[in-house]
Amino acid sequence: MSKLFISPSPHVYEDTTVKRLMFDVVIALLPALLFSVYFFGMGAIIVTLTAVVSCLAFEWLIQKYILKEEPSITDGSALVTGILLAFNVPTNLPIGIIIIGSLVAIGVGKMSFGGLGNNPFNPALVGRVFLLISFPVQMTSWPVPTGFSNSYTDAVTGATPLGVMKEGISAGEPVSAIMDKIPGHMELFYGHMGGSMGEIAALALLLGLGYMLFRKVIKIHIPLSIFLTIGVFTGILWLVNPESNADPIFHLLTGGVMLGAIFMATDYVTSPMSVKGMWIFGIGIGIITVAIRVFGAYPEGISFAILIMNAFVPLINMYVKPKRFGEEVKNG
Amino acid sequence: MSATILFTIISLSAIGATAAIILYFVAQKFKVYEDPRIDQVDEILPAANCGGCGYPGCRGFAEAMVKADDLSPFYCPVGGNETMAQVAEVLGKAVEAKDPQVAVVRCSGSPAHRERINSYDGASSCAISSSLYSGETGCQFGCLGLGDCVDVCDFDAIYMDEETGLPVVIDDNCTACGACVKACPNVIIELRKKNKKDRKIFVSCVNHDKGGVAKKACKVACIGCSKCVKVCPFDAITMDNFCAFIDANKCKLCRKCVAECPTNAILEINFPPKKVRTETPEKPKVEASKPVRTSAEKAGTIGEAKPEETPARPTGENKNETK
Amino acid sequence: MLKTFPKGGVHPAEGKYSANSAIEVLPLPKQVSIPIAQHIGAPSKPVVTKGDKVKVGDKIAESTGFVSANIHSSVSGTVFKVDKVLDSTGYKRPCVIINVEGDEWHESIDKSTDLKKEISLTDKEIIHRINESGIVGLGGATFPSHVKLSVPDGKKIDVLIINGVECEPYLTSDHRLMLEKAEEMLVGIQILMKALGVNLALIGIENNKPDAIEHLEKLVKDYPGIEVHALKVQYPQGGEKQLIKALINREVPSGGLPLDVGAVVHNVGTAYAVYEAVQKNKPLFERVVTLTGKSVKKPSNFMVRIGTPVSYLIEAAGGLPEDTGKVINGGPMMGKALNALDVPVVKGASGILIMPAELSQRKKEVNCIRCAKCVSVCPQGLEPYLLNRLAQLEKNDKLETDGVMDCIECGSCAYTCPAGLPLLDYIRLGKSRVSQIIRSRKQ
Repeated sequence: MSKLFISPSPHVYEDTTVKRLMFDVVIALLPALLFSVYFFGMGAIIVTLTAVVSCLAFEWLIQKYILKEEPSITDGSALVTGILLAFNVPTNLPIGIIIIGSLVAIGVGKMSFGGLGNNPFNPALVGRVFLLISFPVQMTSWPVPTGFSNSYTDAVTGATPLGVMKEGISAGEPVSAIMDKIPGHMELFYGHMGGSMGEIAALALLLGLGYMLFRKVIKIHIPLSIFLTIGVFTGILWLVNPESNADPIFHLLTGGVMLGAIFMATDYVTSPMSVKGMWIFGIGIGIITVAIRVFGAYPEGISFAILIMNAFVPLINMYVKPKRFGEEVKNG
Repeated sequence: MSATILFTIISLSAIGATAAIILYFVAQKFKVYEDPRIDQVDEILPAANCGGCGYPGCRGFAEAMVKADDLSPFYCPVGGNETMAQVAEVLGKAVEAKDPQVAVVRCSGSPAHRERINSYDGASSCAISSSLYSGETGCQFGCLGLGDCVDVCDFDAIYMDEETGLPVVIDDNCTACGACVKACPNVIIELRKKNKKDRKIFVSCVNHDKGGVAKKACKVACIGCSKCVKVCPFDAITMDNFCAFIDANKCKLCRKCVAECPTNAILEINFPPKKVRTETPEKPKVEASKPVRTSAEKAGTIGEAKPEETPARPTGENKNETK
Repeated sequence: MLKTFPKGGVHPAEGKYSANSAIEVLPLPKQVSIPIAQHIGAPSKPVVTKGDKVKVGDKIAESTGFVSANIHSSVSGTVFKVDKVLDSTGYKRPCVIINVEGDEWHESIDKSTDLKKEISLTDKEIIHRINESGIVGLGGATFPSHVKLSVPDGKKIDVLIINGVECEPYLTSDHRLMLEKAEEMLVGIQILMKALGVNLALIGIENNKPDAIEHLEKLVKDYPGIEVHALKVQYPQGGEKQLIKALINREVPSGGLPLDVGAVVHNVGTAYAVYEAVQKNKPLFERVVTLTGKSVKKPSNFMVRIGTPVSYLIEAAGGLPEDTGKVINGGPMMGKALNALDVPVVKGASGILIMPAELSQRKKEVNCIRCAKCVSVCPQGLEPYLLNRLAQLEKNDKLETDGVMDCIECGSCAYTCPAGLPLLDYIRLGKSRVSQIIRSRKQ
């Protein structure tokens, strides 16, 4: 017999590991990736590969040569960041810009705070917002989805439905007229529209949500609270004046709401710990998103909304505590 | 146009002036009087905030000293007598010089001497390990080897020797703040009087088991045989519950006990080796081939920050003139 | 919908290999070492010395206070010595070591196995007898039972809860006891009800023991006031607070005791020991111990005399498996790893679990990813990730306000942590620091 091991209890462990959780997220992202490849063709593949490889490479380089620690790229978190970054950019984005975005996402968004688990902001969104501000033209020339045969950079570009809507409303056109210029709700649902690579297919993203819930990777609270808030908020606006506000279904299906609510806002590291906190976080994201969409200068605001609410997470964690057992005595 | 500019300048200046007036009165109202000597004393202190003095940080210590009538209960282990003399000068009070101290690790239970009979797999902390069981070896008094003392040291004065698994104190860095003494759950670290050239003689064992049990668990344990007590010409050694203890204040570093100890539990550090050989040539346990036993690698305390760069051991002409 | 507690909880693999092994009486060992501190509270004082002859059931150490318990000899023979011996706490502690000679029982013990139903003693006498017999909580906490039965003035108890949950994976000693000694146990429950002056006793059993539930449900028809409740399988349902919440939906206030909500909880093993002590005048000197593990040849439930070396049990179950990596006294969630195999079985030992080497080591630690799994499994509604951090930083006052003292050390957080962090290690450390501070504050 060899030496006995001694450790404090417990002595058994669940087989969940950080790696497994991350790869479950990757699996959940696959349907959306397939839809994007179907709609955007080669561009989607090139953008995803570039983002993933550069994210992994930057993480490895930073850990190895700057932080001088054991590289931990196999844990899958950089892979998730890479895919999410790719999902958040148009498929005709030049490779150089994607690499810059990856550097910002991993270097600034994640490693500068101490690596996995220590970053206050979602790294992929930090990268995306950095690119949006630095390269507004490239970042907002969305390719029109036509089919797989498309080549990479010379794709036909057009505006997103949200962009069309914003332009139309500010030009004073009635919503019903604008609606004729953009795809119907059913088409929006399965993603036949222009936009960032991974945000278009609500159907695929919802499939991913279902998978993650099934595998207990995330809880429903954050996506649900975001959907409800956006639905209610835009619903009220729509009921008040249907001719100058789009309907709630349109708001939920377009832009990055699905991608943001399901994959970006639920990022463990940057979301609150308690269920109550998750609701506050989700409602905050919903309100800020709609505010930016309806009243702001950008047609889409969920990236900013998530980043803003990320900043509130430590505060939420500090003040919103789960109810403790035996805290209020109620004998029944 | 100019009206707008004028209006802006006037209104902003007015707001600024009002705020300044309010701030002035608020500052006056809530002013806290603080003895200016506290700042002066605080300046003198080493700003290590180690808590070795027993107060929360240097400022707390300064406040306490300024308030006190007598400085004798106060001592800054980091700054030592020099700092205390300066403080006394500022405060116009007298202070007595105290002997400088150094932390000493009283355990030599390296794997070679103390067999590991199980392996600990919990969080790497001595406090957790000791709350769980008596440790990886058969000795329940010695070093647990998980480095809580290293974690608490603010002065980089202690490190874990990878080979022996024991903490090693770097005498030149040690300020005797006592943090490691408090952190060690088995209380194997002791603050002892600092001698010339960092020489020290101490019993490197704290176990209270009976001789046979102790010897079985660790080859270099103190077995409570009391030989050292008998041989000591200065009555510096006492025997308590099967473990010898050398009073550093009474010990004159004659090294008679070192030669007498049957288990090599008493260590001599930073002595010239030649003398050892000539004094006790017939004693097998201090053979010339194993001078290592008394040197830094084995002992747990060394006089140099980088042991590997030190030649064989610090000798008389060593630059180690700490005191 | 089966009852359970509402917040948190995990469901580790059950591994109840020994569930179908009937209780075997283990032959006597050659020597027993009986620790004098086997319970929570003041250690007992030995009343025998080297060379004394003792019989089974003789008192060998005396209770030294209200929260303390007598200790009786589990064998007959000669006291070899009273010395410090390594026990299951991992430290050398005083034990009475007895060389076994024959098996002569104290005259007053009724050795017959007939069921004795009518209860002749009054409530005061019952409590006295329980105190004399050295009965402690046999679920593992080893809190002296007479203390729980002595209800302070001004508190009203209206329900007795019997813990047959056995939520720890692997362990089956309570399960077998409920199957094989059910009638005795039910009489024991009636004795406890009489001592407390309550008319209602609820037995909580997890639904993974359907045979025990069925068996008891049949029997309780003859015992008025006793009810059997099946509970959903969920760890840590065997925790007092969780069990009370699950069965009668009352929440023991933070820092309070079950009697603050009018309930007293006893383990099924304790109920059986109470029966033996009161009806048969037999002090607590033996108990059922499960010996199990994935690679144990013969997973068993033994009736073991207190003080028997663990290695003796292991031999009886087919020897120590080749691949042993860890031997645990208790269940895998809250048990304590043993650092030697010759330590004695004590009153609180409900099982000895032998883990194969590949399951003995912890997961590799990585950074906390703030996944909040620990928060959602904590049955006490605490934030383990935060307490872990605070304990590492020694922020003791913050630990106290964040409820570290409410932690029941069930280990659900560390069990579930995907990053493999030693959450409970540090929380336990913080808890002991904070409780020291609280104690010094009271003085």
